[in-house]
Amino acid sequence: MNINLTLFGQMVTFAIFVWFCMKFVWPVIITAMEERQQKIADGLDAADRAMRDLEAAQDKATDQMKEAKQEAAGIVDQANKRASQIVDEAKQQAITEGDRLKVAAEAEIEQEINRAKEELRASVAGLALAGAEKVLEASIDDKANRALVDNLASQL
Amino acid sequence: MSGENPASTTEYIQHHLQNLVYGKLPGGFERHTENGSEVLAADTWTMAHGATEAAAMGFWAIHVDSMAWSIGLGIIFCWMFRRAAVRATTGVPSGFLNFVELIIEFIDSTVKDSFHGKNKMVAPLALTIFVWIFLMNLMDLLPVDLIPKVLMLAGVEYQKIVPSTDPNITMGMALGVFVLMLYYNIKIKGFGFVKELTMHPFNHWAFIPINLFMELVGLLAKPFSLGLRLFGNMYAGEMIFILIAMMFAAGAGTGLVAGGLNAQLFGDGTNGIFWLVIFIMVCGVCWMNLRGKISTGRTVLVTLGLLTVGGGVFALGGGLMQWGWAIFHILVITLQAFIFMVLTIVYLSMAHEEDH
Repeated sequence: MNINLTLFGQMVTFAIFVWFCMKFVWPVIITAMEERQQKIADGLDAADRAMRDLEAAQDKATDQMKEAKQEAAGIVDQANKRASQIVDEAKQQAITEGDRLKVAAEAEIEQEINRAKEELRASVAGLALAGAEKVLEASIDDKANRALVDNLASQL
Repeated sequence: MSGENPASTTEYIQHHLQNLVYGKLPGGFERHTENGSEVLAADTWTMAHGATEAAAMGFWAIHVDSMAWSIGLGIIFCWMFRRAAVRATTGVPSGFLNFVELIIEFIDSTVKDSFHGKNKMVAPLALTIFVWIFLMNLMDLLPVDLIPKVLMLAGVEYQKIVPSTDPNITMGMALGVFVLMLYYNIKIKGFGFVKELTMHPFNHWAFIPINLFMELVGLLAKPFSLGLRLFGNMYAGEMIFILIAMMFAAGAGTGLVAGGLNAQLFGDGTNGIFWLVIFIMVCGVCWMNLRGKISTGRTVLVTLGLLTVGGGVFALGGGLMQWGWAIFHILVITLQAFIFMVLTIVYLSMAHEEDH
């Protein structure tokens, strides 16, 4: 082992290289690395946030869809109910109308009958008068009377 | 490459452990050159030829190879990380930037784990230490003979390419850390540092000399253990690479038969010719296998036989062992760089905290 000037040569060289590394190499690279780390962290954060936003939006969309479906189902139900109601109402109306018409018709018939009865009563009186006249006119002929009465009866 | 006798084996190892030294030879030193010897009239700054001259230079010398590799690797480190720093964006990082950020993240978390004070210098210091020492250690994985051999052809006599096997380099860094320790101890604690040295562990004025002695030993042990641990580990690792290379190079260089023939019958050229013959024979066997004349099992057997005779098995085995040791050594390399860094952080953290 021979120690000589090389020792100090190496010490100086060592110092120069360390200085160079400290000045021009290490800070530059480590700063770039740290900045990149920050950037990546930010990017990941942003991605996370976007993911959460997306999830929220999806949830919201699902909720809205469900609501809309419920609403639509409600509307359809209501419409069905209303339709059957209308049908029922119409039926009811028809029945009442029918009844009313029947009653009116019956009343009319009654009226007609009454009128016919009145007329009949009037004509019976006339006929009886006419028959009596005829009996009186054409002697008392049983045969003829008989025919007269039959004739009268057929007119009833 | 080859070490056929003990003398050249020692030479091979010594050659590998000798730094390329530039320094001051004192006046009156006798220099041995190819033209005979000359006595230096005055102090001379020059390249050392061999270990004796390097030793004669004493303190006033500098290991050119260690410094060059260490500065070179440090510049590579700075350039790499500066490039990443320039490209650093807060947006999507590219592949290279990812890699750099991985290291920085790792070091940042290590520093945050063990350093609780506020100091902008500790993390860059830890980064420099870790990557720089790792790069210096990494040179150990290059084949031990490759670069020295190439530089030898270019005319450079000695070359140690792993700076962290040079105690000057590791101790230089450890002392740098030590200076920082002292600086922060005094800056943060002020008089408390003196109190810490004199009133621990026995809190009584009568024990001041004993306390001072114990605390000083403890304080000084830190940089020494720091520097010597790294040096020791890397030196031992390199030594094993050299030994493996030497052992198997010796085996492969001579071979079972060629060694004997070379020694007794023929001249110096035998080795080359012998290896050429073995090579041609192996090629021939392989060719015959390709033509379908002999079975693959037999080809392997014959090839192995030829290599055994030639000593090629040693070369193969050496390669395998180098490879195995290198894989294990990757662990040591990283671990030592990491330990140096962690201990530096811990020491500086201790310098920042009042209680101990």
